[in-house]
Amino acid sequence: MASITKPLIPLVRLERNELGLTVRDYEGAMSTLCAGCGHDSITAAIIRAVFELAIPPHMISKLSGIGCSSKTTAYFVRGAHGFNAVHGRMAAIATGANAANRQLRTIGVSGDGDSLSIGVGHLTHAIRRNVNMLYVIENNGVYGLTKGQFSASADVSSTSKRGEPNLLPPIDPMMLGLSLGATFVARGFSGDKAHLVPLLKAGLEHEGFALVDVISPCIQFGDHEGSTKSYAFTREHETLVDDPLLLGEDQIVAHLPDDATTSVRMHSGEVLRLRSLPAGFDPTDRASAFAYLEERKAAGEIPMGLFYVNEAVPDVHELNETSSEPLVSVPYKRLCPGSSALEEIQQRFV
Amino acid sequence: MTTDTRPAPAHRDHAVRVNDCALKLANVNGSGSASANMLLMKAIFRMGIPVSGKNLFPSNIQGLPTWYEIRVNETGHTGRALDYDLMVMMNMQTYADDVREVRSGGYALYDSTWPLDPGLVRPDVTYLGVPLTTLCAEHFSAAREQVLMKNICYAGAVVALLSIDVDIVSSLLDETFQRNARLRESNQLALRLGYEYACEHFDCPLPIRLEPMDANAGKILVDGNTATALGCLYAGATVAAWYPITPSTSVMDNFTSLCHRYRREPTGETGPDGEVRYRNDYLILQAEDELAAIGMVLGASWTGARAFTSTSGPGISLMNEMLGLGYYAEIPAVVVDVQRTGPSTGMPTRTQQADILLAAYASHGDTKHLLLFPSNPAECFELAVKAFDLAERFQTPVIMLTDLDIGMNDWVVPRLRWDDGYVPDRGRVLDKEALEQLGRFFRYADEDEDHVVARTLPGVSEKGAYFTRGSGHDKFGAYTEAPDEYQEVVDRLARKHAAAALHMPPPVLEARDGATIGVVAVGSSEPAIREALDLLDDSGLPVDFLRIRGFPFAPAVREFLDAHELVFVVELNRDAQLRSLLTVETGVDPARLRSVLAYGGFPMSARQVADGITAQLES
Ligand SMILES: Cc1ncc(C[n+]2csc(CCOP(=O)(O)OP(=O)(O)O)c2C)c(N)n1
Ligand code: SF4
Ligand SMILES: [Mg+2]
Repeated sequence: MASITKPLIPLVRLERNELGLTVRDYEGAMSTLCAGCGHDSITAAIIRAVFELAIPPHMISKLSGIGCSSKTTAYFVRGAHGFNAVHGRMAAIATGANAANRQLRTIGVSGDGDSLSIGVGHLTHAIRRNVNMLYVIENNGVYGLTKGQFSASADVSSTSKRGEPNLLPPIDPMMLGLSLGATFVARGFSGDKAHLVPLLKAGLEHEGFALVDVISPCIQFGDHEGSTKSYAFTREHETLVDDPLLLGEDQIVAHLPDDATTSVRMHSGEVLRLRSLPAGFDPTDRASAFAYLEERKAAGEIPMGLFYVNEAVPDVHELNETSSEPLVSVPYKRLCPGSSALEEIQQRFV
Repeated sequence: MTTDTRPAPAHRDHAVRVNDCALKLANVNGSGSASANMLLMKAIFRMGIPVSGKNLFPSNIQGLPTWYEIRVNETGHTGRALDYDLMVMMNMQTYADDVREVRSGGYALYDSTWPLDPGLVRPDVTYLGVPLTTLCAEHFSAAREQVLMKNICYAGAVVALLSIDVDIVSSLLDETFQRNARLRESNQLALRLGYEYACEHFDCPLPIRLEPMDANAGKILVDGNTATALGCLYAGATVAAWYPITPSTSVMDNFTSLCHRYRREPTGETGPDGEVRYRNDYLILQAEDELAAIGMVLGASWTGARAFTSTSGPGISLMNEMLGLGYYAEIPAVVVDVQRTGPSTGMPTRTQQADILLAAYASHGDTKHLLLFPSNPAECFELAVKAFDLAERFQTPVIMLTDLDIGMNDWVVPRLRWDDGYVPDRGRVLDKEALEQLGRFFRYADEDEDHVVARTLPGVSEKGAYFTRGSGHDKFGAYTEAPDEYQEVVDRLARKHAAAALHMPPPVLEARDGATIGVVAVGSSEPAIREALDLLDDSGLPVDFLRIRGFPFAPAVREFLDAHELVFVVELNRDAQLRSLLTVETGVDPARLRSVLAYGGFPMSARQVADGITAQLES
């Protein structure tokens, strides 16, 4: 077998979650991405998030499109079914997967090329349907796998490795999400795991479509001077709007003084606390999120955090009143009306 | 307004012909004629006479010409006729063409409120003027009603002229307007107006006339899309994804209303405004495009649901990449392609069988799919169920190819039967217990005698987890770029596809004594071919007929080709696609296969088939 597996080095006293599993139990195959690629850090954050939430690995279905970013579904939770599909269509496939089994935690991983160019139609419609899933865009401003062409998220005048400037205006997935009525809109940075893990956890706990844009520098084609998606540029320009972020009473991630705090009750019953919020910004108010993002952008900043959350919007199943048990589990007997109904139906045909 | 008072000429040398005629009704699209035409067709069906109705409609909502053809034939030959005994001319725009299509000695019914242009008068056609506009203006007050009722009024005249059972027609109107007394009365009045006018002014019935028979016992009148939807319901499909496109839309419309009726239970709970809450055992997704529709189907099937999409040619074009994914990653999917006339947008409301090659090899790379070819609505029902069994048994997309003629026209077919003992073939799916018995699970290892490997579903067990990919993989499911590992998998896929031949619905053979030539076809042309072969037999040329119902081809297909000196492949496309597929896939000498092609967009007629064969035999 030609796959690369991680060496299992026995470690002393690994922390265990509610299921008695360690973080190693949520790992996947060894990454084949470039050393230092931002995507690998996101993989680590996803592993940490599902570990902390103690999601049984087999109850996860993880899907992706095509790209370096989309390869990463192989690198986390080996005990989950994974689906590395075709370029740009993950949102549609994930919609179908979620349609068939609403009890699975659906995790989609995509790239900025995958989501904002070829797949933007599917992304927007998955948002509209409010498919209950975590949708991560590993955003590096370039097509990594095809060697560094600008993607639709590249900023105007950000330069390629060869020095050419990007001319077209970017699609900001956060603004896109907000304008489409996405019910969970957040941005993180692959270089800041402490901030990213709680964001991903909140996204996983969100009942509906959780859009998480993660700035994830491509060290091959996007980490040079002049790129606005490099580690250095992102560090210099990021503004954390809600660092840290607390999930539930017992899941304190960090300790911070109690200043401006907003609480959102999640569908799961947990309470999501957002602290250190800037004045005038309310993540439960879409207009305020819009205004805040516009303002920060104008100031040349890259805001990071949870910009908007709305737990009250029905997801695709609630809207369609799908049975609460997964459709895959409905016994055939209940699905087939039988021969007498067929007779009855055919009365119309004589 | 003038009323044509010319007496209808006596039916000179017209021999009486019972239960054998063709009618064409020329209408303006959107004028409400469809219900009148259906009424006639259904009444003839209820009289127990073999009948077909074909709607030749434009891609337009209102204004363009539209025709409806009714073929009545006591021996059951109800393929499309090319000349008409009675033309009902309700569209002045097409008078000239319509008059031309009446057979010599036939009849043309027109609205004699306006005089007929003398240039349209043919000496060998009997003109039957009925002042429909005047009659309706005198009896109905609302403008819309005056227009609509003209349709029922001409239907009344046709009822009298052909001696269709007027009581049956009247009770059909009662059934349709059960809940609307006012409409019921208007319709009944319009029917009487036309009927009585014809009785008074013409020598009714005409020599072409109908008499009750008993050919329709145990039969139903249904369109293919309705039957397909029923098949999907009975097969247990729970997820459906689609994007609207003529002529497939009514598959999903029907599936939706069937689910509403049979898959929906009140939960006993109520919503915030006291509304009843339901539990739906289905989810229908109107996708953003066909790429999404097939993606949703793959996602749902991968997760373990029976899922399908329905579309037409343009949708299949868009689905190509993901059909290849389904093939290579071995994911079941059911796709219904109700074919229409291509290429490109083509003629969306006209029929063809021109997606055969596209469907067989859809997607880049070495791909081959399983195809099903129903030839009528009853087979749509049967093969739709079969499609799910095959898709799950072989873990691959199955494309059921119908066409506009089957999908949207009403056909008289045997009543659909359901075996309550049916158990869906879910194929090789390992459940939790089976996985526990297993040392380790590898997705593409462990092939069975059909070269099918076992799969697992998400949400069952960590032990069954695997990584599905459309990228190069070895038999363990791991990524590979190694030639031998890659080839090992794709070679098995080729063997699996070949093995499916024995599981496809077998071809249907109609043999004749002494036949040395044969005809091969798929789908909707069946009635036309059977009629043509009867005609040829009458003229001393017996021809065998093999109707293929699945691809890969069953061994009987090659045997049939080998057993005949010459085989005519009859199909509704320009490029002889079925013939190409037969040549490539069976290795038969192409010189032995001739083509009879019709691709103008209308259903096949017996004359096209018979003429096509005789012309080639003579040359
Ligand atoms: C239909 C199709 N077109 C083009 C490609 C080639 N392709 C592979 S990955 C990719 C871009 C990936 O960019 P992104 O989603 O940003 O991922 P990254 O590699 O940057 O993580 C392209 C264009 C493809 N696989 N399929
Ligand atoms: S090319 Fe860029 S995106 Fe791809 S693996 Fe390397 S660093 Fe990551
Ligand atoms: Mg990218």
